[in-house]
Amino acid sequence: MPKKRIIKFNEAINEAMVTAMNLNKKVLCFGLGVDDPKRIFNTTKNLKEKFGSDRVFDTPTSENAMTGVGIGMSLKGYYPVMVHQRLDFFLLAMDQLVNSAAKWHYMFGGQQNIPITIRLIVGRGWGQGPTHSQSLHSWFAHIPGLKVVMPSSARDAKGLLLSSIFDKNPVIFIEHRWLHNTTSEVPVKKYLTPISKPKIIKKGSDITLICISYMTIEAIRAVDFLEKENVSVEIIDLRTISPINYSIINNSIKKTGRFLVLDIGNEKYGVASEIISTITIKLYKYLKNPPNKITLPHIPTPTSFGLTKDFYPTYRDIIFEVLKMLKKKTLKNKIPVLKNLHDVPGNWFTGPF
Amino acid sequence: MVLIRVVEEMIANKYRENKMRCPTHLCTGQEAISSAVSANLKIQDTVVSTHRSHGHYLGKGGNVDKMIAEIYGKSSGCSKGYGGSMHLIDLNVNFMGSTAIVGNSMPIGIGLGLSSKLENYNNISCVYFGEGCTEEGIFHESVNFAITKKLPVLFVCENNLYSVYSGLNVRQPKNRKIHKMVEGMGIKSFNGDGNNVIDVYKLTNKAVKYIKQNNKPAFLEFKTYRWREHCGPNYDNDIGYRTEKEYLDWKKKDPIKNYIKFLTNKNIFKLEYLKRIDKSIISKSIKAFNFAEKSKFPSKNDATKNVYA
Ligand SMILES: Cc1ncc(C[n+]2csc(CCOP(=O)(O)OP(=O)(O)O)c2C)c(N)n1
Repeated sequence: MPKKRIIKFNEAINEAMVTAMNLNKKVLCFGLGVDDPKRIFNTTKNLKEKFGSDRVFDTPTSENAMTGVGIGMSLKGYYPVMVHQRLDFFLLAMDQLVNSAAKWHYMFGGQQNIPITIRLIVGRGWGQGPTHSQSLHSWFAHIPGLKVVMPSSARDAKGLLLSSIFDKNPVIFIEHRWLHNTTSEVPVKKYLTPISKPKIIKKGSDITLICISYMTIEAIRAVDFLEKENVSVEIIDLRTISPINYSIINNSIKKTGRFLVLDIGNEKYGVASEIISTITIKLYKYLKNPPNKITLPHIPTPTSFGLTKDFYPTYRDIIFEVLKMLKKKTLKNKIPVLKNLHDVPGNWFTGPF
Repeated sequence: MVLIRVVEEMIANKYRENKMRCPTHLCTGQEAISSAVSANLKIQDTVVSTHRSHGHYLGKGGNVDKMIAEIYGKSSGCSKGYGGSMHLIDLNVNFMGSTAIVGNSMPIGIGLGLSSKLENYNNISCVYFGEGCTEEGIFHESVNFAITKKLPVLFVCENNLYSVYSGLNVRQPKNRKIHKMVEGMGIKSFNGDGNNVIDVYKLTNKAVKYIKQNNKPAFLEFKTYRWREHCGPNYDNDIGYRTEKEYLDWKKKDPIKNYIKFLTNKNIFKLEYLKRIDKSIISKSIKAFNFAEKSKFPSKNDATKNVYA
């Protein structure tokens, strides 16, 4: 058997970009810093060298206009991939995104497509604070006409980015900054991972955890302890938050009768609430427990090391909530404690960005 | 000017102690602008600024202890730990806030200008920003409104040639003169050497007089250079987006050294006297760091406060 190749999430993104740009000359990559020395956390490494500065270029600090430029390019058959180092910076482009990109196909009677892909990075930790760490994926999911993709593994990052780039619709592709350094097996060859299809990453029978983006990592961390407590969890990585094909999720819940949604966004009016309502309406009679969600509290992200202490939920919260739903007792101090300081993902991350 | 330099360099030296846990943008090398602009502002004049705002805050007379405590994330900080280095405020001196999204604070400064107009032009609204901001739509919208409504706004553009690691060549046409561009929009504009504190002072003085005499906005563009990396404590001339030589050339234009030379050559002050001032500034800065280190973190329960007024 050939040896498995393990690479990092950011390397997988880079590989998808190289693959896409090799496959089709009309794939472009632009955004602030795509060809600067840091190369968007190395995700756009070597692109300019390989594909030239017509196809890979830095831009003025003009998010709204550049989004419109991408739309214009896509009307002529190009596949623009735009990058923003923080989702928060992209908020300046809401008009072009919502009023143009998401509507063009619909409001002109389906005559043209807007196949742009917009990569947004969600920041976390080291005092990123109120305007450098927002997870506003639910905003985008609320807009008909947009697809919103949020991979949690390197393997899916590659396959889903390729699918996103060649999808006929505008796709918001969200990367959590703390995932960039995670690794998984990633095939060298080209492969397309289907958008909209959740993935079961661990089978179980007592409860279904429906995970969004980085929360998948925390869910996996919760497994060992829960198994020791004789709880069998099924973990589903949602991968795409809009549109969602529910069949895998529905089957899982019919089996387990319980579910908990884990989201990286704020508590209210978000994807977690949407999923709970959709499933509950449909599968009410299968549910043994009221469903629940673990999200960020409904407050802006504070900056201080002191204020962020319990802001982000971890595997500890998941364990606690699962045991509560299953009416099992555990002492909080039995749950293993965090190894890192709470505001960094590991020693590789030392801020400031 | 010296206070800003000393504080910024102390932050740089201590940043790797990992106690200042927030994105921090230093303005070492650019101190002349905030110092000399501020010297032309009265306490009632308001200021808004950007991610790189330490100099603007200190220049306006913002409290040093509270600024350092904010960067340390302490509850004694100027934003009580909620904001960090990129969100400073000191209402005692009408430093109304600095924000971290490019262009974000500019229209807010215009609103402060409109409020002043409605109160008989009783103060000036000073808006600091980098040349990167002039690429945003909101910049043009703001300038347009300010001139249309004749608002007492002082625009201060610190043109340090880079937006993060992107040079001007990929962002603006060659030979663009920002001050000329906005002049075309109908606004009185001035252009000067941002590393010459006397120049900055004189030009700002003219601009402020113009605003007061005409009840109209004015625009200042100053060329300058940040010495350290875009965000964080290090030097980054080795990573490839600019050269060591370019940095050294700009370092020769050190606004502080050159001003000291000027003062001593002309015998305005003796070096001894200036050194004594430096000493008192250094001890003031050390005191600020001690204050920050000794202060307490806000409690995690405080995170849910302040969401609504
Ligand atoms: C809308 C938006 N886009 C991008 C960023 C990322 N960013 C932070 S600072 C900065 C540089 C802006 O350059 P300039 O305005 O000239 O200020 P300087 O950093 O040079 O002082 C950029 C692009 C941001 N904060 N907001």
